[in-house]
Amino acid sequence: MKKICYILCIVLFIVSCSSSDNEGYTPVAVDLEIPEIFSSNILPPVIPNTNPLTEEGIALGKRLFFDRILSADETISCASCHSPQNAFSDNSATSVGVDGLSGTRNSMPLFNLAWNYNERFAWDGKELSLERQVIEPVQNPLEMHSDWDDVINKLQGHPEYPELFSRAFNTSTITQDLVTKAIAQFERTMISANSKFDRYSLGQATLTPQELNGLDVFLREDKGDCFHCHGNPNNPLWTDNDFHNNGLDATFTDLGLGAVSGDPNDNGKFRSPSLRNLVYTAPYMHDGRFQTLDDVIDFYSEGLQNSPTIDPLMKNIDQGGAQLSPEDKADLKAFLLTLSDPSFLTNPAFQN
Amino acid sequence: MKKFLTLLLVVFVCTNCSDDVDDIVNATQINPVFSFTHNWEGIPVTNANFNSVQYTNANGEMLSIERLRYVISDIVFTTTSNEVLELDAYNLVDVTNNNNLVFQVPFTIPIGNYNNVSFTFGFDNEDNSENYADLNSASFNVPDMLGGGYHYMQFDGKYLDASNSEAPFNYHAIRAVDNPGMSPTFPQDTFFTVNLGAVNITGETTFNIEVNLAEWFQNPNTWDLNQLNTVLMPNSAAQIQMFQNGQSVFSLGSVSQQ
Ligand code: HEC
Ligand code: HEC
Repeated sequence: MKKICYILCIVLFIVSCSSSDNEGYTPVAVDLEIPEIFSSNILPPVIPNTNPLTEEGIALGKRLFFDRILSADETISCASCHSPQNAFSDNSATSVGVDGLSGTRNSMPLFNLAWNYNERFAWDGKELSLERQVIEPVQNPLEMHSDWDDVINKLQGHPEYPELFSRAFNTSTITQDLVTKAIAQFERTMISANSKFDRYSLGQATLTPQELNGLDVFLREDKGDCFHCHGNPNNPLWTDNDFHNNGLDATFTDLGLGAVSGDPNDNGKFRSPSLRNLVYTAPYMHDGRFQTLDDVIDFYSEGLQNSPTIDPLMKNIDQGGAQLSPEDKADLKAFLLTLSDPSFLTNPAFQN
Repeated sequence: MKKFLTLLLVVFVCTNCSDDVDDIVNATQINPVFSFTHNWEGIPVTNANFNSVQYTNANGEMLSIERLRYVISDIVFTTTSNEVLELDAYNLVDVTNNNNLVFQVPFTIPIGNYNNVSFTFGFDNEDNSENYADLNSASFNVPDMLGGGYHYMQFDGKYLDASNSEAPFNYHAIRAVDNPGMSPTFPQDTFFTVNLGAVNITGETTFNIEVNLAEWFQNPNTWDLNQLNTVLMPNSAAQIQMFQNGQSVFSLGSVSQQ
């Protein structure tokens, strides 16, 4: 009986679909190609069923991402602060928006975003999905400083966009919701998983003794102990995407997660960034305070600042941190550089 | 309109598909549920109590809890005829994020009388050598030079040191290991079995497990956080003491049945 019921359901479903009253074009569904290093180690990416990936949606998202039309005076695009040659970050400490003013945060690199399982984006986790994140930079006075209604009007009056939306979403009526969906689709395809270390993990490359010792420093509790927050060879995202106070400051000018959650125990906590592609993403930290990786390593070695919310994984705070030898510092840096993926920067799928 | 009517029909037919007969057939089999509640010597502990120094251990140190998560695995039901039903499942109890505190085992057992129910704290060595995507994604791994596999528990917080200032502790339980490197050695097993005793299962059953966190610091070894606070993963002697103290951490509070 049960079986018959299900068959009936399927038949009815098909019937109900074929009598649709849309404009007739069905966008081509895309199955995200998941690199082996991810599929064999970590959970699948988050792709909301309210915004499935399609060829047309991704292409539209890419075009919007690189289009200055989203900014008030049409001088900057998303890519101005998220540029391909910087692994979709930029090289200033705090990025400059259309009015020449800069915010207080360092632009974040964009890759492997679909693997941020908790979907808490930005340094402080204030953006709760990739779709919703798109709304902010477009209207932020320090970034693109647009009015969303103006943006929609400009897109609607554009010679090509209405047709592109129609192919991607079956409607030529452009809305903020559809703009955010298209850009989020493009962002979910931005995958970086082809570093020297990835190839080493897959048995396709070897590491030098120096790089291997750097990995050891990274993994040792009595040395760097970086792996409790920044991933490990079995978590090739190289981040836990969680919030920590890693000891940058004794007092906070930016409360980070604390300002979002309202919980003083969260003051000074920021999301651990991925350590992939660091060679392209200087300067470092949420405010871009460190120019070089050497500065970052010196900070973890000698520069920790105590505060009530400092993460208990930060040790030897009295002495300033891990107290690494000059060799260990150099080796740690050499290991971190094996996480760079130059093919991500030149992948034509992500170029304008 | 036509579309709407068909849809309505689909919904109507589908809701009638759910089959009560199956439920009756399966009523002799249940998915056991394990529910974990935490306390400090009887005072309830949830993530709402985290981040403030308020607990005193047997050695007299005041401490706070900032992060607590651990794995339980291999649930075993032993029948009255000593038949062993091993449910090869695991669960990461994540107190920090209030996740998986209630674990419905994804396997069934028949209702009836059992001489004993048990689970493993951590993983036995065989299970520990497998690759789990969810635990990797949660960064619960142990580095290869320490034998690989997974943490059994990550318990982080701060204690007041001799000069009354807050200092970190990382009470991380793993498989005890010596000679870290290419060929580490393992002095003894440090996962352990928690026995819950006999139970008569008559229907849907929840085992309410009580976890007294103070026991990690007191029995049989009085834990001195001034000596043993961080870098405990490569310290096999500390791991063996954790194993010994862990034996009295978990107990069966009650069994709820429907
Ligand atoms: C003026 C520079 C600037 C522009 C223009 C800009 N961004 Fe950003 N972006 C940033 C900064 C700075 C952050 C970090 C924000 C924070 O933490 O508050 C960020 C964060 C993000 C993140 C979060 C990444 C993560 O891992 O959490 C995404 C996604 C993103 N931007 C996408 C976009 C898109 C899409 C656009 C265009 C619609 C855009 N950005 C335009 C500077 C910019
Ligand atoms: C307690 C968790 C934790 C530990 C342990 C930790 N980090 Fe971090 N790391 C963070 C957080 C959080 C940030 C971002 C902090 C901010 O900007 O406020 C960060 C930032 C960084 C950055 C800057 C990346 C960027 O894109 O700006 C690098 C590089 C880095 N960490 C490397 C390391 C290394 C190397 C170690 C070990 C010596 C380490 N971290 C240990 C949490 C941690």
